[in-house]
Amino acid sequence: MSPVELFAQPFMQRALIAALLTGLAAPAIGTFLVQRRLALMGDGIGHVAVTGVAIGLATGASPLWTAVLVAVLGSVLIEVIRERGQTNGDVALALLFYGGLAGGVFVSGLAGQSAAALNRYLFGSLTTISSGDVLITMGLAIAVVGLCLGLAPQLFAVAQDQEFARVAGLRVRGYNVLVAVLAAVSVTVAMRTVGLLLVSALMVVPVATSQQVTRSFRTTLVAAMALGTLASVGGLVAATFASYRVNVAPGPTIVLLALACYAIAWPIGIWLRRRARLREPFASGQAAPSHDACGAHPHAHGPGCGHLAVPHDDHVDYVHDGHRHAAHGAHYDEH
Amino acid sequence: MSAGVPAAAVAISEGSVALGGRPVLRGIDLSVAPGDFVALMGANGSGKSTLVRALVGLRPLVAGEVRLFGTPLDDYDDWRRIGFVPQRATAASGIPASVWEVVAAGRLTRRRLLRPLSRADRAAIDDALEIVGLADRRRDAVSNLSGGQQQRVLIARALAGEPELFFLDEPTAGVDLPNQQVLADTLRRLKERGATIVLVAHELGPLAPLVDRAVVLRDGRVAYDGDPLRDHEVHQPWFAEPHTHHHHPARPVADHVPQVSSPVDRPRGDA
Repeated sequence: MSPVELFAQPFMQRALIAALLTGLAAPAIGTFLVQRRLALMGDGIGHVAVTGVAIGLATGASPLWTAVLVAVLGSVLIEVIRERGQTNGDVALALLFYGGLAGGVFVSGLAGQSAAALNRYLFGSLTTISSGDVLITMGLAIAVVGLCLGLAPQLFAVAQDQEFARVAGLRVRGYNVLVAVLAAVSVTVAMRTVGLLLVSALMVVPVATSQQVTRSFRTTLVAAMALGTLASVGGLVAATFASYRVNVAPGPTIVLLALACYAIAWPIGIWLRRRARLREPFASGQAAPSHDACGAHPHAHGPGCGHLAVPHDDHVDYVHDGHRHAAHGAHYDEH
Repeated sequence: MSAGVPAAAVAISEGSVALGGRPVLRGIDLSVAPGDFVALMGANGSGKSTLVRALVGLRPLVAGEVRLFGTPLDDYDDWRRIGFVPQRATAASGIPASVWEVVAAGRLTRRRLLRPLSRADRAAIDDALEIVGLADRRRDAVSNLSGGQQQRVLIARALAGEPELFFLDEPTAGVDLPNQQVLADTLRRLKERGATIVLVAHELGPLAPLVDRAVVLRDGRVAYDGDPLRDHEVHQPWFAEPHTHHHHPARPVADHVPQVSSPVDRPRGDA
């Protein structure tokens, strides 16, 4: 079967739609989780959702819906534990995570389900999605993206500074629960794409990648969604082409592709941050410790000379090969 | 006391706050008239930050009552009149945020859900950035600013909502002198506009000439309430015990009666 014929297959098109929506929704809510330093919350919800899937498999109900239900309950519980138990919230979350995973494997064993059935949800199986599941996934993903973008100013303020948000009259607890519920929904949206055990990667890695190079929240959010889409659709396509030769699962390919993007962005981020530090103005009043003229200097610094200009009290320093040069009469001083 | 006077911008009567069962504020009576610039002072652990947090509703009272513009705190919902500058070492969070975005968050008190920024919103945000002198840094990430500049961002955030009553919790802590001067100029402009300002400060520095009234707390009680004091007067032995700024020895007295959350009686009768 040629690649063109393969991508024309209905199952492949369903897989592409699911990958696209997952790539948009997971980083959208992931941005707010990372902002609140809850990067692993998606992972925790993923573990809890395993129990939901197992209940669905055991009872014959749709595993998607039971997973949504259990994941939402679990995420609200995580939020409550986080809010109440300041000191040992970490441990309480761990209990919930492992309880969820163990419960899922236990329940599916009781129901006599094969490990393969559960595996489809643990590590994703994009190509076996039914058209009904695609429709539900579409609806849920659009709801997640819509709420994340529509309520972005409020969610941003709450995640940025809870105390300020409360004094500004925002219902902080309500927004916190909303973020938890949206995270749970996007976990279940992503579970068929990358699987419950890898779901957090798609929520966190694109965000970590985009914040290497961005300076504002809005660009971080948009870039993370673009990167997530690139990784999930690109990973699916790459896995499809590779499958002519070897057995490649789309889920891990998507995550590895996202990590590859991070590996590229990381050094760029280091360089940008170094540059931003150089640009920072000197603390006022801190004069150069001593008169320290630099060596022979044929280049004339000035506005637009190509060197970074940094204000320093009453004059301007030019960043030159890791030094700062300040004009002093006919020569330049090291500042 | 004057707690019941409806004209007060903020008033607390017989207010007591306990943290983890330990009383931090005991029977505070304080009323701030509109247009006043009040400095809450005192040693570390005297309860001045707790008092401000109680006044804006972040710390529940175990006894007493707070009224904002004459309305009891529990029923108060006109938060656009209140501006709060929390005590923060940094304005940054887990994700990069630009100066403009952090300041725009302060406008949420006046924005409706799911509506884009109006022209008035944008003008107020620009105005707030202008007042604190950071208009040229609006696109920069907050984390790239110095500590004093980040403090100014937090003040601009409160300004963006155009409030009448400001609470500032230690805005000068860890801020160098030139930045403190900018802060003082900002607060002077607010004062000239007729804003009411309640400021927590360990030391006033360049803010001193602005203060109309000083309130000194000691061990959760008001030790002085009156004309402004100079910094060294606040640290006189009768306001703060010498050498006990940083270490309050644990007092096991309250442990014998765990059912008593506060040693203060609850006279609920006054209004």
